[in-house]
Amino acid sequence: MIGSLAGLLSPFPGICNATAPYGPLILTWDAMISFTLNGEPHALDLDPEMPLLWVLRDYFGLMGTKYGCGRSQCGACTIHLDGAPVQACATTLAQVAGRSITTIEGLSPDGRHPLQLAWILEQVPQCGYCQPGQIMMAAALLNKHPRPTDAQIDEAMSRVLCRCGTYDGIRRAIHRAANPEVQNG
Amino acid sequence: MADAANGPGLSRRTLLKVGLMASGGLAFGFRLDASADVETTSPPPGELAPNAWIRIYPDDRIELMLARSEEGQGVMTALSMLIAEELEVGLDQVRVVMAPVAPAYKNRLLGEQATGQSTSVRDAWVRLRDAGATARTLLIRAAASRWQVPTSECHAQRGAVHHSDGLRHLSYGALVEVAAGLAPIEQVALKSPERWRLLGTSPQRLDVPEKVRGRAGFGLDVRLPGLLFATLYRCPTPGSRVQAWVAAEAMRVPGVQDVFAVRSGVAVLADSTWAAIKGRDKLDVSCRPSSNPRLDTQRIEARLRIGLKGRSAVARKRGNVSAALASAAQEIEAIYQIGFQPHACMEPISCTADVRSSTCSLYVPTQAQEAARAVACQMTGLPSERVTVHTSFLGGGYGRRLEQDFVAEAVELSKAARRPVQVLWTREDDFRHDYFRPMTLHRLRGGIDDQGQVTAWFHRVVGPSVLARLKPEAIRDGIDGAMVEGAADLPYEIPALRVEYRRADTPAPIGLWRGGGYAHNCFAVECFIDELASLTGRDPIAMRRQLLVGRVRQQKLLDHVEARFGLSATPPDGRARGLALVSAFASHIAQVAEVSIEAERIKVHRVLCAVDCGSVLHPELVRSQIRSGIAYGLTAALKGEITFTDGEVDQLGFDAYPLLRFDEMPEVVVDLLPNEADPGGVSGLAVPGIAPAVANAVRVLTGKSIRSLPIRLGGL
Ligand code: FES
Ligand code: FES
Repeated sequence: MIGSLAGLLSPFPGICNATAPYGPLILTWDAMISFTLNGEPHALDLDPEMPLLWVLRDYFGLMGTKYGCGRSQCGACTIHLDGAPVQACATTLAQVAGRSITTIEGLSPDGRHPLQLAWILEQVPQCGYCQPGQIMMAAALLNKHPRPTDAQIDEAMSRVLCRCGTYDGIRRAIHRAANPEVQNG
Repeated sequence: MADAANGPGLSRRTLLKVGLMASGGLAFGFRLDASADVETTSPPPGELAPNAWIRIYPDDRIELMLARSEEGQGVMTALSMLIAEELEVGLDQVRVVMAPVAPAYKNRLLGEQATGQSTSVRDAWVRLRDAGATARTLLIRAAASRWQVPTSECHAQRGAVHHSDGLRHLSYGALVEVAAGLAPIEQVALKSPERWRLLGTSPQRLDVPEKVRGRAGFGLDVRLPGLLFATLYRCPTPGSRVQAWVAAEAMRVPGVQDVFAVRSGVAVLADSTWAAIKGRDKLDVSCRPSSNPRLDTQRIEARLRIGLKGRSAVARKRGNVSAALASAAQEIEAIYQIGFQPHACMEPISCTADVRSSTCSLYVPTQAQEAARAVACQMTGLPSERVTVHTSFLGGGYGRRLEQDFVAEAVELSKAARRPVQVLWTREDDFRHDYFRPMTLHRLRGGIDDQGQVTAWFHRVVGPSVLARLKPEAIRDGIDGAMVEGAADLPYEIPALRVEYRRADTPAPIGLWRGGGYAHNCFAVECFIDELASLTGRDPIAMRRQLLVGRVRQQKLLDHVEARFGLSATPPDGRARGLALVSAFASHIAQVAEVSIEAERIKVHRVLCAVDCGSVLHPELVRSQIRSGIAYGLTAALKGEITFTDGEVDQLGFDAYPLLRFDEMPEVVVDLLPNEADPGGVSGLAVPGIAPAVANAVRVLTGKSIRSLPIRLGGL
């Protein structure tokens, strides 16, 4: 079934191959800002005020981090900075100097993070646009609270909007991932 | 709406022939256009394209063409299931390919190749199963001729034809060459529902694995060599034009390549999205007129209010309402007011175009491929066979992506820049330049006789015409069908009835919204029914039952919600229940909202739904569309609206127009009551009923009628 998507994506060069950088990517080791991205060290000589969202999308071709508002209002761009959830649209390149960034592409080596598997089992996504942000927010929640209560889930997940209303699926998927022995046994 | 030759009148027989006649030209890449000459593009040898929907390769690859836009509603999975069921293949054996623009892919309910108004499954229901069955029959014949046995001894299963001896079998790929030489098939038999193995089950959605990995390609994810990113400064007031602009500051932003004026504003082209956004911030633009006092919510409302009286067009009429009202024992009148709503798709608007001297490629999240191509042809002067439309995933659509404003921008910019260009709308642009669900006012009058029977019903819808811009030819005798749906097709049987439409155009840009006209009209209707019920002392279910004469499907839904959810039983402390019943898109839904008021805020705890959408292809897809519709409808019912001040939209972000949040989502229970009827639409089905269901519950809690949307407790 996974293969079935390749055809759909083929008209969009670069989307399937998320690691292929496009654009004026400048990778020089004596450049201004260095950081770790999905486990790899990088250094970039770009406008330090550029939001990380656009650095990821336009310079690294990492398309999983989504633009929804650019003003910290929707959570579609949620990523991890040193393990904590932040909005990539409100984080500048300067702010990530010396720190470690994880995006949806780096959440697990094979796209089989327990949350991603739970998301598939619960068939959470509809249009799917908000889902990388939802999953990254949920992953940060589980890092902090491996067995979150509904109140903790409410608090964390209310920061990511979904226009398609997939919220109840998200709640079920988080519980499933947090309690594998109960839910999958 | 549809032109006769290609419209819904097309018989099954003709359809099959069309598919096969076209097949010669179909095997060739994306060139499926009628204009791609059949003679010059004969199919590569050894490949089978039995119709516009299926391609089978000798190496057993099977491709299904998807001619509708995947915007979350699940068409990619549902439509593939229709073909796969009859083709006798598993969903794991197929690859889904987005279809180009071609006559074979017209949505006969919309009259063009487009996705909207909950039509996709209804349009595809017979035709895609036919497509699968035709191909299967052809492959069985091919196997029979190879083995020199009657076809009755062969059957198809999981991409292969098997002989009844249990020994011989041939994969579809191995049969391609023989099948390609066989005579076309005129009529095939569809499997009877008892033999379905896929339809009626809930297999995993085909788009989910990529979507949880962040690898699904949306409009903004398109990347092409040499791509430039563009933002546009558009005058904030609709209809106003750029007078002058100063680009010097913008040009100094590193990465900005060019600044120039186009039809819709001043464009900033850059080598990164950020530079394009930053560059635009530095533009100094003056527009004329700089404001528009007529585009102001209060003035629009006043204008609509005038329309509550005076002339109007009659959308439906039975008996003499004036006489029935005059002789009624009791009469009530209510005015309902419903505000503007934005689409607010989670993915902001975008389009990528690559215009060359003799070709144009669009990479676009669109609901309307045919219209997109037409716009590109018009703007480039290229013939349609030179324009290719690649449809990406849509981060929501809800009617917004039926529009072509963003396509026109991308084409114009790419043509001028001689480079591929991606136009990005910021969230602010998305709110500011939407085509909103219009504001409407409703005047309802009801008459009740001394037995407590409703004897008269009057409903006047006042609002601007949506179709005047989108499909003017569809307006007949002053009636805009999109503005009266849900009012004119009232399911309730009332002896004297009159539904009117008073067109009152305003300067606000308006368009189609999720749930169509039902989304506003059913609010007025379902709230008013409850008001009549309390006047007669009936409970809301009994009231509706009495009026649903001969409407068996709706009656069953009411029986179900009453029995299953004990509607008349007392809800938990401090909560009340409200009901709404909606018949739309050939489907029916009864919704019960359980609501409380806490700290001056409305809290919706649970929504119980009984749904009859005829035959159910994929129960879980239906359920998720119902939940989705409820979330969408609750945002509009409770959270906010769009207002205008002096020519400009007041809400430019999710701070001013908040969406329903995670912690505000009610528990939703969806019971499906399937039957043998053809499937109805579900994407928009739950939107119209949720607002009146909540309003009716709030009325029980507060004792005050709710007559406006969004619902505001402060006004009580
Ligand atoms: S795009 Fe970053 S929070 Fe919306
Ligand atoms: S799945 Fe569409 S916005 Fe969340």
